[in-house]
Amino acid sequence: MKLSYDLHIHSCLSPCGDNDMLPSNIVGMAALKGLDVIAVTDHCSCLNCPAVAKLAEAYGITALFGMELTTEEEVHILCLFDRLEKAMDFGSYVRTQYLDIQNVPEIFGEQLIVDEDDNIIGKEDTLLINATQIGFEFVHGLTEEYGGIMIPAHVEKKANSLLANLGAVPEESRFTCFEMKHIGYRDEICEKHPYFRNCKMITNSDSHYLEYINEPVNFIEADEKSAQAVLKALKNINN
Amino acid sequence: MKISELTAKNLFATVNDGGNGDTEITKPFACDLLSFAMSKASSGCAWFTVMGNVNTIAVSVLADCACIVLCEGAELDEVATQKAQQQNVTVYRTDMPVFDAALMLYKEMQ
Repeated sequence: MKLSYDLHIHSCLSPCGDNDMLPSNIVGMAALKGLDVIAVTDHCSCLNCPAVAKLAEAYGITALFGMELTTEEEVHILCLFDRLEKAMDFGSYVRTQYLDIQNVPEIFGEQLIVDEDDNIIGKEDTLLINATQIGFEFVHGLTEEYGGIMIPAHVEKKANSLLANLGAVPEESRFTCFEMKHIGYRDEICEKHPYFRNCKMITNSDSHYLEYINEPVNFIEADEKSAQAVLKALKNINN
Repeated sequence: MKISELTAKNLFATVNDGGNGDTEITKPFACDLLSFAMSKASSGCAWFTVMGNVNTIAVSVLADCACIVLCEGAELDEVATQKAQQQNVTVYRTDMPVFDAALMLYKEMQ
């Protein structure tokens, strides 16, 4: 079945995410728009995923869980999991790889952890937009180990992308799915970097504000409307 | 050299005038990884980089840079431009490579 998706949405936990990006507002907006599958992917943290899980269940929306990881080389990678617990375990590991630099909320923005009822239950003190100590080459193995998938984010962008920061797809790469912000560049990047020809491509809003969450215009073919089926579909390059 | 003097020399095109013309530039500083720039850029430096995204502006404010010089034809994206305006950060751009641009400023400062 065809499922509409937006798998790259930032909440108020990301310093650059608007404080209106409460999990309740995100899931509510996704429901209003009629999206089938969403993922809230904050920078280097899954701490707002528990609220998303409860809300998604209440609204009947399928959710994947995870984060937008920043590697040592400042490459952004979506790391998605089909179960909350897997994402939280992965998040706990990533936390051990943070650089010890504190957020300055007046400059970068607040990093709010909230529950499903919009209560602020914590603030992340470490600056989340920073690099972690995880090198790009290790991300595939790590996400596999925790039962998820790595998806290099907005690969055509001029900053914080696989192509901008590393210059090319490393030879030893094993990822099978990538994200583009502007899909019009797909042919161009596939020509320059043939590795992408054998990958599935997805496109998401990368929204930091409620109004930018995608309409149901992008679809993925999955066996059923479940997180497991969507993860399986993301890993399958043949559909 | 003050920011106003650098602007007047027209070595680099001005992308955003942060209104800090009286700020004294201490030295050129070149780095592209924000996690390094964040802890290594010194107050008053002119930061030469190819990273034109919103976090570059935030790091520049945090490190108290005098200005940012985007090199190699890199451009500020829309969100970063807005942030530069809001935070009064002076941003220049040039098609020159990072080293050449930084060296040119260094020589001008002697």
